[in-house]
Amino acid sequence: MPRTILEPRFQVEYLSILDSEGNLDAALDPKLPPGDLKALHRAMVLGRRLDERMVRLQRQGRIGTFAPIKGQEASQLGSVFTLRRTDWMVPSFRETAAMIWRGWPIEKILLFFAGYVEGGQPAPDQHDLPITVPVATQLPHAVGLAYAAQYRGDDAVVMAYFGDGATSEGDFHEALNFAGVWHVPVVFVCQNNQWAISVPLKKQTHSKTIAQKALAYGLPGIQVDGNDVLAVYAVAREAVDRARAGEGPTLIECVTYRLGVHTTADDPTKYRAEEEVRAWEQKDPLTRFRAYLEKKDLLEDGLEQRVDEEIAEAVRRFEATPPPDPLTVFDHVYAEMPPHLRAQRDELARWLREGAATGAEAPETPPRATPMRGQRLTRR
Amino acid sequence: MTARAMTKLNMVKALNWALLQEMERDPDVLILGEDVGVDGGVFRVTDDLQRKFGSQRVIDSPLAEAAIIGTAVGMALYGLKPVCEIQFSGFAFQCFHQIENHAARYRLRSQGRFHCQMVIRMPYGGGVRALEHHTESEEQFYAHVPGLKMVIPSGPRTARALLTSAIRDPDPVIFFESKALYHAAKEEVPEEPETLPIGTAQVVREGRDLTLVAYGAMLRVAREAADVLQAEDGVETEVLDLLTIAPLDRETIVASVGKTGRAVVVHEAPRSFGPAAEIAASIMEGAFLHLEAPVRRVTANDVSFVGFAREKANVPDVARVVAAARETLAF
Repeated sequence: MPRTILEPRFQVEYLSILDSEGNLDAALDPKLPPGDLKALHRAMVLGRRLDERMVRLQRQGRIGTFAPIKGQEASQLGSVFTLRRTDWMVPSFRETAAMIWRGWPIEKILLFFAGYVEGGQPAPDQHDLPITVPVATQLPHAVGLAYAAQYRGDDAVVMAYFGDGATSEGDFHEALNFAGVWHVPVVFVCQNNQWAISVPLKKQTHSKTIAQKALAYGLPGIQVDGNDVLAVYAVAREAVDRARAGEGPTLIECVTYRLGVHTTADDPTKYRAEEEVRAWEQKDPLTRFRAYLEKKDLLEDGLEQRVDEEIAEAVRRFEATPPPDPLTVFDHVYAEMPPHLRAQRDELARWLREGAATGAEAPETPPRATPMRGQRLTRR
Repeated sequence: MTARAMTKLNMVKALNWALLQEMERDPDVLILGEDVGVDGGVFRVTDDLQRKFGSQRVIDSPLAEAAIIGTAVGMALYGLKPVCEIQFSGFAFQCFHQIENHAARYRLRSQGRFHCQMVIRMPYGGGVRALEHHTESEEQFYAHVPGLKMVIPSGPRTARALLTSAIRDPDPVIFFESKALYHAAKEEVPEEPETLPIGTAQVVREGRDLTLVAYGAMLRVAREAADVLQAEDGVETEVLDLLTIAPLDRETIVASVGKTGRAVVVHEAPRSFGPAAEIAASIMEGAFLHLEAPVRRVTANDVSFVGFAREKANVPDVARVVAAARETLAF
């Protein structure tokens, strides 16, 4: 029997538009109007400045453990920028910049990382899922949302975020498979930041790219320079438009780098070389976009200061939040509180009343946020 | 009392009716699972539904438990009401993270903005000479998870009414169907849709000497034990059919034991940290001064799998329940 080559043959594209010095490949220019370019830049600056502020807040004990986004601003904003408000955004736990673009108030994100359940509540008209921590488990939800949108005849598109580590989880493969079989309007955005805590990409997968994993499920996969906001925008635009037109799902692999720690409980000096970090700092998405805008004379004076003021205002609102009422923890367990929860709540209420009367004191600060999966709590 | 048209059905057909009628009533109800469409489910509970409602509403999914539940969570977040079938409860650990991490928690995590109105049906329990992962009783895992409701009917009529209630319930419901009961008996089932409140137990036999608490396939065992105790010992046994494991109907249990002073709890799941422990604790909390004897448990042993050749010795039967009842009465 002969050994034959099966058609079709597959290929995976890679797209880059801005080089690290901010020089544009004019043939590939997505031709965004100046207002959009400025909005993208402002959102990237806000993402970076807030990230730095949040690291300080964590070090000061004012918020708990969180996952910084530094270095991934272009991957997040270039992609989320293509969504309409009626589209759905499904985050993992490292999407601060994209979440703010989607309308999450900064103080709500701060509340989330300060251990307040209130931080997980999207606004009534917001088509955003809250942060999901167990890796890759949000991806089937995105496919289900997309299925439901199609079922209802809505023209909504769903965009789901995850990292390179998530592509080893069953849920990733199952979600891509379902999305392919069902041909639903979902865009999978993998932020390949090269490191899943201490595990580098080469130990995560033997595939040359993550993008090619899509091909096995019958959907297009494309790799993009994740530090080039224009390139990310261009591929996301194409994928979102295809999804909305009924042409099915896409996997986008944004090749980027986590310039900071995995979370504030992580110490990357234990597992990666400083030289590698320095090399990726040369490809910083903010530096190159700033250089590009400077050439186009689109840089705004005083942007950093205005962004810092916005952050400071949000931090003030966050700090003014009243202490959490322990009795509200029972409120959202069921639609209607069953008797046993009511009894437990009454018991707690009695304890809080009588405990105070006997001189027992409530803790002054909320307990430390629980570390995320795979974390050590290292002393800093 | 108005006369209602009744039909004699086994539990498989009764469950099929509940699905059929809820799908006719509400276009947001859809079915998702392995082999549920063309095949009608490996136990035929979804028989003929795909032909009636099409493959968009009765979805033959790829073989992936986690994605069945995970995508159903997404559908439910969007407002649909998926009814998922996990082929055997022993395979549900591959989607347990989706159930515990998400279906059970979305209401809480989003502070009421989202919730998962969904039902997860699973065949459970022994008595059908099946292999490992096809005979276990795992209700304790789900009963322990805040945010989930855990329902186990005891026959065709309760199965039909509770599945209807579960589909209409705004919270996620884990719905266990005893494989041993699927074809065990037929009952009169009303042709018009019927519901039963989730969270409410039924007193299926009244008595003043002893309370037997059971559910699912163990209800028949408890009822037969009550017959033996009546005939041989002249003991009047009250039998409770829990129907819902969580939230537990403590009120009915405590009221019964407050009257009888003695209780034996029967379940097929392993003993330690099983439902009987919670029931015993509830009796201690609610009826301590009425107790004439310690609460006894008749359960499977703490062994995850014994093989069907030894299954009979591991699962409660009438004799074990009668013996435990006699010890309790003689205390």
